[in-house]
Amino acid sequence: MEPILSIRNLNFYYGEHKALKDVNMDIYKNNVTAFIGPSGCGKSTFLRTLNRMNDFIENVKVEGNIIYEGKDIYSKEMEPVELRRRIGMVFQKPNPFPKTIYENIVYGLRKNGVNKKEVLDEVVEKTLKAVALYDEVKDKIHKSALELSGGQQQRLCIARAIAMQPDVVLMDEPTSALDPISTMKIEELVLELKKDYTIIIVTHSMQQAARISDYTAFFLNGEVVEYDETSKIFSNPRDKRTEDYITGRFG
Amino acid sequence: MREHLDQQLTRLNHDLIKMGAMVEAIIDKAVTSLKNQDLELAKSIYTDDDAIDEMELKIEKDCLNLIALQQPMAKDLRRIASALKIITDLERIGDHAVNIAKITLDIGNEPLMKPLIDIPKMAEIAQNMIKLSLDAFVNQDIELAKKAAEMDEQVDDLYDTVINEVFNYIQKDSKFLNQGIKLLFVGRYLERVADHTTNICERIVYMVTGERVEIN
Repeated sequence: MEPILSIRNLNFYYGEHKALKDVNMDIYKNNVTAFIGPSGCGKSTFLRTLNRMNDFIENVKVEGNIIYEGKDIYSKEMEPVELRRRIGMVFQKPNPFPKTIYENIVYGLRKNGVNKKEVLDEVVEKTLKAVALYDEVKDKIHKSALELSGGQQQRLCIARAIAMQPDVVLMDEPTSALDPISTMKIEELVLELKKDYTIIIVTHSMQQAARISDYTAFFLNGEVVEYDETSKIFSNPRDKRTEDYITGRFG
Repeated sequence: MREHLDQQLTRLNHDLIKMGAMVEAIIDKAVTSLKNQDLELAKSIYTDDDAIDEMELKIEKDCLNLIALQQPMAKDLRRIASALKIITDLERIGDHAVNIAKITLDIGNEPLMKPLIDIPKMAEIAQNMIKLSLDAFVNQDIELAKKAAEMDEQVDDLYDTVINEVFNYIQKDSKFLNQGIKLLFVGRYLERVADHTTNICERIVYMVTGERVEIN
């Protein structure tokens, strides 16, 4: 299988604190990869290194390589804004802009100079359909996105991310602020979206990782303890620490 | 952590041991009643089998509840999945005891063509296999499971002996045909009991290691 991202010997520091220790991993195309582990284990930090979101934090240091399309994303040739267009992100809390549904989706395109109405209309319809939101909002796409429910807002944020036609979508606990029904809708959506995108998701819910991911990485104290097919991780993990964590006997 | 789940898994262990003991006893009863032509004892096997069937349903229900309510993972999940398979094999062993009882009742008071020696031996080994396999389940002891499964060969060898012996009797005198066939079936049922127990042993290896193996 073809890796879309290859991470080699990655170390990450917040000041003196080493938050990621020698991470090596291949992320496979058109798969869902889940990162699990206790709070502070480094999973979200690792996710943010994948599209250089950590650039916004002061006093951090990155060592090692993250290879995307043959290039190291931390090399000089890589333009961070372009990188984030190709590797989009969805956050824990839905964060739509205080604009209309329509303008939320086309925001990135407009920023990139796309203003042709027919093009934008098509993208809005297509992405709203892709996130299964079209039927619910088709009569109010020119109304404020803030009028939507939390679950709808999160699907809108996913629509906003995929409107830029990224290769990879990073999701940082995308359902932790949502009710169970909205969570199920997002999970179903993730399973649909993997046909066209590579999805990497950080989740606190092991059941969620088990339900939707193809590969799972278990993080502990900044290290990847185990990375394997999800079915293997949840039925017969190799490492006792993984076993203890996923059976709820941690510590 | 997860004390509640651990308690329920312990209870599942106890229930399985209990069911195993019931199955071990029913095989003993089936062969003893045949050997001694004790028809009352043979009749009581039907009631014992009903109790085994009930136990199977209870354990199955408990396993499904554990899966639905506790979301077990990894070794916990393998333990519960193995228990679900093991009870099916135990239940089938119970059915074979009933099959033997039917033959005992069928033969009734008609004198046996010879004193039974190898058939009780087969039963004894099969019972021992059941006992060891359940000890192996409880202690997660794969070596013991393998040892129990390997005893299947002894049962198979005895079965061959029974076949040859019965054939000899029938060849000598066709009056032995009717009872001879019945005794061959008894041998066959006991041979199946040992096979089911071998399945149980293979399940135990999977439960402990996560690897599927075929023993024998």
